[in-house]
Amino acid sequence: MIYNILIGGAAGLGMETISSILEKVLKRKGFEIFTIQDYMSRVRGGHNFFQIRFGNEEINSHWDEIDGIIALDKETIDLHLGRLKENGFIISDEQVKIEDKRFLGLPLKVTSKGIGNPKVYGSVALGACIKLFDIDLSGVKEVLSEKFKDEIANKNFSAFEEGYKLVIPKYQIQPKNKDSSILLGGNDAIALGALAAGCKFYSAYPMTPSTSIMNYLASKMNEAEVVVEQAEDEIASINMAIGASYAGVRAMTGSSGGGFALMVEAVGLSGMLEVPLVIAEIQRPGPTTGLPTRTEQADLRFVISSSPGEIPKMVIALRNSEDAFYQTIRAFNIADKYQIPVIILGDQFLADSIRTVKPFNFDKIKVDRYLHDDEYINIKDYKRYEITKTGISPRITPGKISGLTVLVDSDEHDEYGHITESAEVRNKMNDKRLRKMECLKEELLEPELIGEENADTLILAWGSLYSPVKEAVKLLNERLGKNKYCSLIFGDVWPLPDKELNKYAKKVKSIINIEQNATGQLAGLIRECTGIECNSSILKYDGRPISSQEIYNKLTGGEQ
Amino acid sequence: MNKEIFLTSETAWCPGCGDHNILDALKQSLIALGKAPHEVLIVGGIGQAAKTPQYINTNGFCGLHGRSLPPAVAAKIVNKELTVIINTGEGDCYGEGGNHFIHNIRRNVDITQFIHDNQIYGLTKGQASPTTDIGHVTDVQPNGSNNIPMNPVALAITLGAGFVARAFSGDKEHLKEIMIEAIKHKGYALVDILQPCVSFNKVNTFQWYNKRVYKLGEKYDPSDKLKAIEKSMEWGDRIPLGILYKEEKSDFHDKISFLKDSKSLVESEVKTIKIKEFMKDFI
Repeated sequence: MIYNILIGGAAGLGMETISSILEKVLKRKGFEIFTIQDYMSRVRGGHNFFQIRFGNEEINSHWDEIDGIIALDKETIDLHLGRLKENGFIISDEQVKIEDKRFLGLPLKVTSKGIGNPKVYGSVALGACIKLFDIDLSGVKEVLSEKFKDEIANKNFSAFEEGYKLVIPKYQIQPKNKDSSILLGGNDAIALGALAAGCKFYSAYPMTPSTSIMNYLASKMNEAEVVVEQAEDEIASINMAIGASYAGVRAMTGSSGGGFALMVEAVGLSGMLEVPLVIAEIQRPGPTTGLPTRTEQADLRFVISSSPGEIPKMVIALRNSEDAFYQTIRAFNIADKYQIPVIILGDQFLADSIRTVKPFNFDKIKVDRYLHDDEYINIKDYKRYEITKTGISPRITPGKISGLTVLVDSDEHDEYGHITESAEVRNKMNDKRLRKMECLKEELLEPELIGEENADTLILAWGSLYSPVKEAVKLLNERLGKNKYCSLIFGDVWPLPDKELNKYAKKVKSIINIEQNATGQLAGLIRECTGIECNSSILKYDGRPISSQEIYNKLTGGEQ
Repeated sequence: MNKEIFLTSETAWCPGCGDHNILDALKQSLIALGKAPHEVLIVGGIGQAAKTPQYINTNGFCGLHGRSLPPAVAAKIVNKELTVIINTGEGDCYGEGGNHFIHNIRRNVDITQFIHDNQIYGLTKGQASPTTDIGHVTDVQPNGSNNIPMNPVALAITLGAGFVARAFSGDKEHLKEIMIEAIKHKGYALVDILQPCVSFNKVNTFQWYNKRVYKLGEKYDPSDKLKAIEKSMEWGDRIPLGILYKEEKSDFHDKISFLKDSKSLVESEVKTIKIKEFMKDFI
């Protein structure tokens, strides 16, 4: 059983706070949660909403149909009424005038004034909402006291209690067992992953929707002893991160497409100097400023080919919050191992969707710096760019070993890092750098098969579409009879893992790519790398995240 | 100490270029300060001056055009034991990298920046640079440069730099003295070094500079900021050399307790236990 609640209103009404309170209360009761937020690029006014799905089974996506609306203004009702189920409900203030049998006009304003703080209005609505689901008030006080100072927390709790009295239960739902799972959005997961990987330096320039990575890291700066520096621009961000990494710490930068575009020359620098680097590129709809607070997957091919010249690099598309945490750590390990830039590719949908995640297992985390300081203590000759079979040269920390210095140069260079224009050395160095890709290919993660082994149709997708496609495939196979759909959803996208793809592409009757871009970038990449052609595609580029329901409807022609 | 310890490959600079004296003075300064090659990091962007890291045996980082400051300050932030010095040209730092110049003065990381300022683009063969005088004719500015030349020393003082000096490559001893003081200064230090470009600047020659430069006397007080601004505005017939402005102030590391009080970040352990605790914020 899963229910879907929408909370909406103008920016500045405190929707984020209200939504996070409801999420936490429900999560701690033992429910699974999946929340998305839809907000406009403005500080006040406009229309913003949160959609919280909760239930007692696994939830992998948001859903279009809504069971209940908590409307902080009339516009919310006007905009979303069409998606409200026949037996759904609307909680709003009694002064809102609307003719609908599902409308519960409650004295939200009067009640909050009576409590002595008009701002607790939302908590009155939340009290009524959880009563409708017959969920008791235990645990609410704790959540509120973590959010607010004493007096405000108490007033909000009174508001919950008063709201609770205003309605009678309408639904029955039993939570799963309480567990230690956490509620996490994609960007917080990236930031936590970076800390767990031992990142010591993060430089960035604010750009939606990547900024929350920097915000979270900055909030832990002193405790985790990580330098978080707001750079003067994105060019500085990436060049600073490269400098910090050269000097010997794990370093990272992040931005969205426009900011990443400014970093592109230095992506090449990381490849040329062979300085490890992790870059988070959190996509939003482009081109240029595009839709700043919305979602898209249109930077795939740009990111893969970012950098003048040819360098080894890896691109990992993050699939959900859990994956974002572990893949960020893996990105640091791979960057260090191969001394290359690794780009982790997210998007606004992943960044801002919050879901229940199993607590991370820190015992599983392996941090290997692949530094060779110990081996070089008594050695007098050090070649930063020693030609090796794998292409990987021993890396040491500058300043650590007396008598040894580390010279890196963006010009073509010899094994010592000295500038050269020798054709022979140029070829050797270029080959050495690109050779690292061959080893990297051996450790790519193949996409796991979702759905039926002997399906007729193979769905191809990447990154954050993992969640809605996974849920859609499950529904399709359940409702339309088995052996119909399977899916491969790519996490590693560059180099492109092709073993599973080759295997299933041969078995199925048709292949469909589902992407949040207008040109089918994954399909193009697959065609280029493997010759496999998709037969049809579902492409969405209006800035709104595609839901499992939308995918289901598109594939079945609306048949439920 | 062995005078040869900083010696490395031959330079590719023109005979008579001011860069030779700057490189010599730099090596002598490092010897005078008792530095070993592995303790020093020299960073350059792109340009003739920016090739300095290639010609001295220290740690070296030759990065992108205009981007010498960001990697240099970051390397110092994470390893405070390194002596970090930038040698690069005025085109690289004041032109292509102007934004980093402005904001790294504000950041005040303990590094030293030596700008080889020859008032012309050398590597690309003779276009106007940010400090080229008005009317200077080049292939790209056939009617003479129209742009108001930048005054880097006045700009640096007004932005809050704690050490701002001007030197001349033709006076190696004086240059060395200033370099030593700049490296010793805690916080960001700028030395704008006037140098002739024998190949592409036929206006601002050795003689041109030599006739105009004079040293700030013993009586000059570099702690007087308004006076320093006044002196830094002097250009034309007479150009003052020396430490224009000096002020002790807290630097980047002083303001972050875990950088100030602990060992360098490159040596610090990952706080895994604390990070594990952070997960509880999300329950």
